[in-house]
Amino acid sequence: MSANTPKDTSFVTDTLIAEDIDAYLTKHQHKTMLRFITCGSVDDGKSTLIGRLLYDSKMIFEDQLASLENDSRAHGTQGQGIDFALLVDGLAAEREQGITIDVAYRFFATDKRKFIVADTPGHEQYTRNMVTGASTADLAVILIDARQGVLTQTRRHSYLVNLLGIKNIVLAVNKMDLVGYSQARFDEIVAEYTQFAEKIGMKSFLPIPISGLAGDNIVTRSEHTAWYNGPTLLSHLEDAPINVAQMQDAPFRMAVQWVNRPNLDFRGFAGLIGSGSIAPGDAIRVLPSGKTTTVKSIFTYGGNLDRAVAGQSVTLTFADEVDCSRGDVITTADAPCEVADQFEATLVWMGEAEMLPGRPYLLKMGTQTMTATVTEPKYEVNVNTLEHLSSQTLGLNAIGVVNISTDRAVPFEAYTQNPDLGGFILIDRMTNATVAAGMIHFALRRSQNIHWQAVDVDRTNHAAIKNQKARVVWFTGLSGSGKSTIANIVEKKLHAMGKHTFLLDGDNVRHGLNRDLGFTDAERVENIRRVGEVAKLMTDAGLIVLTAFISPFRAERRMVREMMAQGEFMEVYVDTPLAVAEERDVKGLYKKARAGNLKNFTGIDSPYEPPENAEIIVNTVALTAEDAAEQVIAAILAS
Amino acid sequence: MSPHSVAAAPLSGHALTHLQRLEAESIHIMREVVANADNPVMLYSVGKDSACMLHLAKKAFYPAPPPFPLLHVDTTWKFKEMYKLREKAAADAGMQLIVHQNPEALAQGINPFDHGSMHTDMWKTEGLKQALTHYKFDVAFGGARRDEEKSRAKERIFSFRSANHRWDPKQQRPELWKLYNTRKAKSESIRAFPLSNWTELDIWQYIHLENIEIVPLYFAAPRPVVEWNGMLIMVDDERFPLAKGQVPEMRSVRFRTLGCYPLSGAVESHATTLPEVIQEMLLTTTSERQGRAIDHDQAASMEKKKQEGYF
Repeated sequence: MSANTPKDTSFVTDTLIAEDIDAYLTKHQHKTMLRFITCGSVDDGKSTLIGRLLYDSKMIFEDQLASLENDSRAHGTQGQGIDFALLVDGLAAEREQGITIDVAYRFFATDKRKFIVADTPGHEQYTRNMVTGASTADLAVILIDARQGVLTQTRRHSYLVNLLGIKNIVLAVNKMDLVGYSQARFDEIVAEYTQFAEKIGMKSFLPIPISGLAGDNIVTRSEHTAWYNGPTLLSHLEDAPINVAQMQDAPFRMAVQWVNRPNLDFRGFAGLIGSGSIAPGDAIRVLPSGKTTTVKSIFTYGGNLDRAVAGQSVTLTFADEVDCSRGDVITTADAPCEVADQFEATLVWMGEAEMLPGRPYLLKMGTQTMTATVTEPKYEVNVNTLEHLSSQTLGLNAIGVVNISTDRAVPFEAYTQNPDLGGFILIDRMTNATVAAGMIHFALRRSQNIHWQAVDVDRTNHAAIKNQKARVVWFTGLSGSGKSTIANIVEKKLHAMGKHTFLLDGDNVRHGLNRDLGFTDAERVENIRRVGEVAKLMTDAGLIVLTAFISPFRAERRMVREMMAQGEFMEVYVDTPLAVAEERDVKGLYKKARAGNLKNFTGIDSPYEPPENAEIIVNTVALTAEDAAEQVIAAILAS
Repeated sequence: MSPHSVAAAPLSGHALTHLQRLEAESIHIMREVVANADNPVMLYSVGKDSACMLHLAKKAFYPAPPPFPLLHVDTTWKFKEMYKLREKAAADAGMQLIVHQNPEALAQGINPFDHGSMHTDMWKTEGLKQALTHYKFDVAFGGARRDEEKSRAKERIFSFRSANHRWDPKQQRPELWKLYNTRKAKSESIRAFPLSNWTELDIWQYIHLENIEIVPLYFAAPRPVVEWNGMLIMVDDERFPLAKGQVPEMRSVRFRTLGCYPLSGAVESHATTLPEVIQEMLLTTTSERQGRAIDHDQAASMEKKKQEGYF
């Protein structure tokens, strides 16, 4: 196929390049940049559309074109014609299958703008990739096959781009050539989509009839759609507003990335301005501390600036010595953002393993990373029907609303106000995988108003009067490994020495405090969280707390460790091989589990993760329970 | 036109230019790496993308010098002018320069004339892995761009590599907003690509605007060349195996990409200034990578090399 699309003046003008390159360069230094995503179902023609934009904007060179022509013959779906889709389908395996699997970023430019296109897949299971592509986009192009109309996947994609806060949405009704450029068909689709858009709270969208393959209304107005009066796709892309420019009108916010301290005379705070603008002399506030000062200079390599705006990476210096470090947010003094440690948020789950309510995850927001726990979903959203479903957890590609609590108060804004301070990711602490994207709705309470009740007799006094150091001695191991037996002997001996102790035993706690909990992974996590909180209160009372719980997951044991004061937590790994524990089978539980009468039994159909850095390891095969207890006591008294 | 700083350019109205935004993004990425990494390094190939990346690093950490060393994975076959600029650029930036040459390749005398693709495998792929392992670098900045090649369009800005430096396209993390998850297991390492969203034209425009020093080989000059394997190769030293009686011809040429001199095809040109180079680039009809011998074999060869650990 030759480039049969009439050239529009928007695209690179050869004459100017050839005749006055300096003028061309000057012109092109003043381009803006728009990022957009394209989404649609598998056969809606996304790749063809992007290939067409690259082709028409001359981002394809002759050698690429030659390789494209070869490829089109080998893998193409367009017979002897050029298959534009092959320009953008990337990885080898995907090319063989003829599908795009991941998010790919493409670039093209006109005289007015540089564009970054996120090409996202249409497969139902890849919500994750679409959300990723949408998170950085100013605009979304939702493709519809004119023959198919609004499909389930169209609704899903529309819901997602709306969820991610994209305000500028183009409904590109594609393959108009295959429906005879019928206005009736176009109107029918637009009417159906309008209904849906209202339902999900989409404020507006722009429908355009196009053909990616034939080039109708992409760059130039099509003679086949005389009934259409709106802009072409490209002219709309050139005129659409850019998020970062709009953020300049919001109050000043900058998350501190790095403190620049090359010598004692210079202390600068480096970051990318998220919103607003700043000038030397402006009063600012550092959050969460709330300390105020004024900006002394906006320091850059090219010289100090008089003013900097959202979207620029700068280094600020302050008039006064004010504590400020990575993770803090610098705001305008008179309109700071809120600070809180509990939020309601929407989560898009991206992990292979499902969400575990109560399990600590890492939460990264702005430039701060902290520990956070998530509650059970208030509801999960069925993105195909928009129904709210009740759910105990969220699996891969599920979307739900949860409460989140963080281990410290953080500056934030609602996602809809400022994605920079309201969008976050959750990270699994073991695998380091990014397991969720989140968007804050609002704070559940203002943390500033919550204070610890100060008490006169504190934890040090409690322990001192007992003439001991408070401790949590945490026994972990398989069922039947000997945890309770050893813990019992330890407590008896400590008691005999005049120590004040308390033994929290797994079975006993499940009769009372935790009798509402079962044995799913999520319930095991909550079981341990509660036991951890109780143990912590007891250490505040000055006690030596012994706990005997299978506590199979490293993450929860670490969570408890981190709840305690430094050095107060001692992990005792009661190391008994599964075969030995099963052989002992004191409570007859292994037999039941093997017979399939006991579900989620640790070691049989539920995993046990042995400690990696336990303070004490007792080997119950080599030692008697008595000797093991002595080993533990020696360690307690020595620490 | 006089070159001036992009960052200091007066802001007209509200809109930042695309170069201002690309610059801000690259600086943001570099600062995230430095704030999170234990032992970062910047891979420096002396080419135009490296020059651009180094310039951005100076800006990101100014007035401090960039808080990491430069690493040049050397093949002993680079152009002489590249070696010259390498030393100067590192000194100007106040940065330590680490040069690594694969000792096995050195011992076996691996060269592009006798060893074909083994030359790249041993000097570059193996050499890079050796250096990263030896110095225990946990994050390496690379100058790769997504527009260079199809399989790179899907590369993340933070790309995770296994203990043996392999890239697994299925295990890459989603990158949302500006939030980069930089956590990794002890054995893993990260390649960070701050120029991901730049195109070739963006790089040239930026070099022009910021007046960044680049190797003079990018500009046309009379140079001794011979035709070899269908490319115009500059005879940069006496190691080039000239056929009996073959005499290099002086032609006005320049290079669009720089690597090992026997593998870098020159183009005939009279472009002696940056605007002229950009002009040629815009009017030309072959893509940048065609000057490199590496990926002619098969369309997906870059992707294979990447999985094996080549940048």
